[in-house]
Amino acid sequence: MANTTTSLAPARAKQEPEAGALVTRPKRRYTLLTRHDKILIALMVGVPLTLDLLLIWGPTLASVGLSLTNWQNIGPITDKNFVGFKNYQFLFSGYTLFWPAFLHNLIWLAWLTLIATPLGMFFAVLLDREMRGTRIYQSVFFLPVVLSLVVVGFIWDLQFAPTDGFINNALGTAKSSNLIDWLGNPRINLFSILIATSWRHIGYIMILYLAGLKSVDPSLREAAKVDGATEVRTFFNVVLPVMAPINVIIVVVTAIEALRAFDIAFIINQGKNGLELLSILIYNNSISEASLVGFGSAIAVILLLVSLVPIVAFLSRVMRTLA
Amino acid sequence: MGDSRDAKRVRNRLALRDAALNLDLDLSRRDVLKIAGYGSLAAFIAACGGSTTTNTGITATGGKMSLGSYNTDPNSKAGTQAIVDAFTSANGGTKVTVNTVDHGTFQNQISSYLQGTPEDAFTWFSGHRMRFFASKGLATPINDVWDAVKSNYTAGFAASVKGDDGNVYAIPTDYYPWAIFYRKDVWAQHGYSVPADWDAFKALCQKMKGDGLIPIAFADKDGWPAQGTFDIINLRLNGYDFHTQLLTGKQKWTDPRVAAVYKKWSEITQYYSPAFAGLTWEQGADQLLRKQAGMYLLGLFVSDEFKASGSAADLDQLDFFPFPNLGTQYDAEKALDAPIDVYMLTKKSPTLSANLGQAKAFMEFVSKGSTQVLYWKNAPGSIPTANDADTSTYPALTKKAVQIVSGAQRITQYFDRDSRPDFSGPNGMQGFLLKFLSNPGGDTASLQGQMQAFWDSLPPE
Repeated sequence: MANTTTSLAPARAKQEPEAGALVTRPKRRYTLLTRHDKILIALMVGVPLTLDLLLIWGPTLASVGLSLTNWQNIGPITDKNFVGFKNYQFLFSGYTLFWPAFLHNLIWLAWLTLIATPLGMFFAVLLDREMRGTRIYQSVFFLPVVLSLVVVGFIWDLQFAPTDGFINNALGTAKSSNLIDWLGNPRINLFSILIATSWRHIGYIMILYLAGLKSVDPSLREAAKVDGATEVRTFFNVVLPVMAPINVIIVVVTAIEALRAFDIAFIINQGKNGLELLSILIYNNSISEASLVGFGSAIAVILLLVSLVPIVAFLSRVMRTLA
Repeated sequence: MGDSRDAKRVRNRLALRDAALNLDLDLSRRDVLKIAGYGSLAAFIAACGGSTTTNTGITATGGKMSLGSYNTDPNSKAGTQAIVDAFTSANGGTKVTVNTVDHGTFQNQISSYLQGTPEDAFTWFSGHRMRFFASKGLATPINDVWDAVKSNYTAGFAASVKGDDGNVYAIPTDYYPWAIFYRKDVWAQHGYSVPADWDAFKALCQKMKGDGLIPIAFADKDGWPAQGTFDIINLRLNGYDFHTQLLTGKQKWTDPRVAAVYKKWSEITQYYSPAFAGLTWEQGADQLLRKQAGMYLLGLFVSDEFKASGSAADLDQLDFFPFPNLGTQYDAEKALDAPIDVYMLTKKSPTLSANLGQAKAFMEFVSKGSTQVLYWKNAPGSIPTANDADTSTYPALTKKAVQIVSGAQRITQYFDRDSRPDFSGPNGMQGFLLKFLSNPGGDTASLQGQMQAFWDSLPPE
């Protein structure tokens, strides 16, 4: 992009002498860009930047500001609404749901990183071997990705229902007195919905990874084979390093999926009784009828700070590859 | 080569996902659409013009008005439409534009809705939820309408529509009591009788357990059903005054009287449905319907579920009794939850000044017994509030419900209507009660401490 602009520019610069005629200060740095180019660049940078500032950083800063108030979404915000860091103070010391929610997000992240994502990668590797019916397997695993998480939540809500759900009836525990309360028992319901999440996440990771695997130069594998490397060794020592850019993306996708977890838990029981998540606390406190906009914003700011970690890691990686 | 192209594609895809990451943005976008929707509706109404025939009184015929309704399930939606149609033909052809919004969404968005460009009239609840928005200046007082219709209401209903400033803000149209429901045929088969007091109630539970029944159907996946049990035990044990003071922050959650409620409650939790935290109230009703459970503490709306998924014969078997006495001085209050649904006028509706006469005529119309019966015929779980409602067609169940409510000295609106919405929601009281229920026999001191800390953290209303 930048290269094409600079290679075209000198030719045009010669046709437009006014760029040179303006030279009143001889030390002015010579530019390869014409006025036309500059306007174009200004537009191309300016419009997205304005939208970004307006739609992303505006609300973000507003959230930070609101997190210092106790505004309840009614009437104007006055001086009386500013409570300093009281929201944060209560969040960390008094609010009994914050740390559980934080922990649940971490468990979510750990589950996706250690179980769902590796499984998706594993399936991708298997499917990459062009076994019989690979297209069918591919479609089957990818199908849940097409569904929205809300639909996934509804589907699994029905499967996990204690007395009339499929799972308890299939296990034969629906009639017994100690039936398994998949969604109501706070000790296991998080893992129930993690299974539901994985059902979708595995297919998503699989397709991303499969796309990457397809692009690995086959001669590399052949060379490894000639050298007598085993399949496993070839994968870990040859294929995986080549796939570095995809691996970063997989890691970031996984981290973001864990941080934005909301839909399934919300569909199941509005995120209570063991299913508290940061995103749900934001919703339940500020957007629902509760209208604790200030307090909800404080949780949102914390989630933003946490989210910045993978985002910054990802961006720095992207910028390093571009440089 | 191909590697980086794929990476780029994936990165683009990732950028799309990033855009979806910002939850606030997503919802505010929806809000914007919604507000735009309301706005265009208002513009549409304004553009329609139409002839307005203004009467000399407070009401007007002809013309038009708008109504925001949360009645989305088929029964209540049909009931609302029946009311609106009857109003149009009775009021000189007043055109009523009804904007029906999903019940939960309507409740969650109420604050934005009332501050934006709402319809002229809206469906809402009595109790704290009505008084809160009235005190914020988001509802129009209708003292003049009330003066014209108040002779049609008992004192209990009159008290339920007054704001903190003494003005009247709502017209009560229907209510439903909370009680313990059972099937007459199941009880006859096992020879059970209505328990006179707490000990008899527990003995009955034990007997049902021996007979292979779930003594008390209980289903708290939605979080709010457990609040009904808290309400009634607190009312019986500590009285109406303490209950209302507690729910409005004038008493502490750390009070030993709250601990007593939990202790009393823990005596019956062993009789609850297994896996109740994963059951919806409909699944609980199903246990009663299918003769698996002996009793179910719920609102009269359980009869709607019997009507929907059972047969007429099943509905005929449904009966109930009030929560048993606990042997305190407050038994005499016979207090119970009987939430009242109301119609109100908004404040910020852009069309309200033009349509005020029609809107007030509508409020007057819904206060008539004949109007409320129209609604009740569609949604039998909701009982008309007006004195002149024709009770001759009531089935025995409805008659009995009227009887226990009129016999009550004190009526409450249900926990989430009597207390602040930010306290009663899923991350507040609903969560606290689920926590209690996961270990009912334990010490509740730390739980009560958490409840009080949460209450103290809430901003002043």
